[in-house]
Amino acid sequence: MLPPLELDDIQHFLLARTPALAARYEFLTFDDGAAGRAWLAGLVDRVGTGGSVGAASPDARWVTIAFTCSGLRTLGVSDAALATFPEEFRQGMAARASILGIGGTGDPGQWLGDLASPAMHAIVILFARDIAERDRCEREHRQYLTTLPGVRLLSALDLEALPPFDGVAREHFGYRDRLSQPAIAETGEQPTPGSGPAVRAGEFFLGYEDEDGTPPPLPRPEVLSRNGSYLAYLRMEEHVGAFRELLRQQAGSPDEQELLAAKLMGRWRSGAPLVLCPDKDDPELGGDLQRTNDFLYKEADPYGYRCPVGAHIRRMNLRDTGENMQRRRMIRRGGTYGPPLPEGAPDDGVERGIAAFIGCVSLIRQFEFTMNVWVNDPQFKDLDNERDPMIGTHDGTFDMTIPKRPIRKRIKGLPAFTTIRGGAYFFLPGISALRYLASGESEHVS
Amino acid sequence: MTPDNDWSTPKAMAIPKEGYFTPQQGRYGATYPRTPACHGFTIIAKIKPGTEAEIRDYGTRIEQAVAGSPHVLAPLQLHYLRWVLFDIGPDTYFMYQGIFDTDFDKYTEDAIGLFKATGVDTVFEKLEGFPMDWKTNAPAFIKFVREHQCPSFLEYGEYPYVTAGEIKKALALKQAFSSMLDQMQ
Repeated sequence: MLPPLELDDIQHFLLARTPALAARYEFLTFDDGAAGRAWLAGLVDRVGTGGSVGAASPDARWVTIAFTCSGLRTLGVSDAALATFPEEFRQGMAARASILGIGGTGDPGQWLGDLASPAMHAIVILFARDIAERDRCEREHRQYLTTLPGVRLLSALDLEALPPFDGVAREHFGYRDRLSQPAIAETGEQPTPGSGPAVRAGEFFLGYEDEDGTPPPLPRPEVLSRNGSYLAYLRMEEHVGAFRELLRQQAGSPDEQELLAAKLMGRWRSGAPLVLCPDKDDPELGGDLQRTNDFLYKEADPYGYRCPVGAHIRRMNLRDTGENMQRRRMIRRGGTYGPPLPEGAPDDGVERGIAAFIGCVSLIRQFEFTMNVWVNDPQFKDLDNERDPMIGTHDGTFDMTIPKRPIRKRIKGLPAFTTIRGGAYFFLPGISALRYLASGESEHVS
Repeated sequence: MTPDNDWSTPKAMAIPKEGYFTPQQGRYGATYPRTPACHGFTIIAKIKPGTEAEIRDYGTRIEQAVAGSPHVLAPLQLHYLRWVLFDIGPDTYFMYQGIFDTDFDKYTEDAIGLFKATGVDTVFEKLEGFPMDWKTNAPAFIKFVREHQCPSFLEYGEYPYVTAGEIKKALALKQAFSSMLDQMQ
């Protein structure tokens, strides 16, 4: 019997996927600690907990609050206490962008919304059942801020699910999303077939045993760190026009274009994996969570004839071809922003993409490893000069190899299909920690 | 394969004292460049007095571990490992030299996990200054490795930049051709 999670003290964000069709991220700055604490004190009761929010949540909106390192400092957390937090969190994502492989047009100097600024202290994440509820909450929060002159909105991003609203999450390229998520061992949830063993809670929440068995040391004071997590935020523009143009250039018929799209992703746009359906899409399989992850690579597809070794999903989850996979698991949350680009329409220059959070307990071991090695290492699995074709940093100098008999297809100079428009590292505190921060007690702890 | 990486033209590379040309940050610090002799490290550290025999015994342990599970070290993408003990004055030093195809920093947690599995970990514990809490302190393990790394100032490759995977593929191809020719007799 595993020790239970303190569900009433963990923010719901990484525990429950809510039935939201709209969202809004607001990035805030505090003029001083007192202003930030007052803002937090007035909101903390609205934050959903792991105990109160479930998949069948009756609520219409769900609130999450997280802070950057400079935000914690402004709220009164001492430098001595912050020194016990991991260096990568203290440095922030912008300072470590080159480690992640983010650069070029995605360089932090060009990020939007003041995300790279040390003045960005906090994020409030609002998920809502629909746009009307999202807009109602936005107005309410705007009204709340008028009562707190020391708290200002730096920037915001509105997110909406893409049509046809059939209960299937899709991103702008048209691929089905949210097909895999780790099951947390302590919740008793059973992983879907092929998703690997359930993962110990200590991989996602501070204060619990992790996959190594030992609870990692907690940053101090414990009241601040216990039941907390780290979030890596990425605002990733999707260049839908460039993606469709590549398909047209490199493949002939619509069917061939669909196959190429599947080869880049490792799944058909329906979600059906190439390892199980190498030649023809099977939308029913794609949507069947009991089957769509139930495959391995080593025996079924060692050379990548079905799913190329460099395809996105084969980099994001190496399954039986990777080491220490349980130590690299993360929980993703987020959604799409910007209007869909109608099929056949020329690129309109409007920014659209995915804005997502990756939750973990070790940014360096989980998130940064994934970006540095699996996404952006050109020598990944002996590929020599390739990066993740969908989310890697591209400048037209990397390739994509698609194994094929008798001779492989190699796309030279793959264009960028995505660009990072912003990012940040946040600490997602537990509920007690939010109250502790709001109380000002942290100012008296050295 | 780009012309710079042409395997048929032997290549030498002189490397600055720091071990790299331009600083490039990895997750745990500056990363070292890929040279004609691939990636690698040369770790030299003084051993704790009286542990030489134990360290030599680890040679046998690793041999047995690999014999029992030939692919146990595969994740490290190694070409070669060389372990050497040598004396300077009254002190004995251990040199751990590895040639591999991936930047060590990239896979550092995997490497530490493997070290645990194969017993390499405990040979490091015989070295002076090695952090004994390494099992829960990967950054300290990496710091030790970095502090004892002696970067090359020259590396040479007779078949530069070729990975172990490519070499194994070429040999497998040769074997397949031999087999095909046998079938033609």
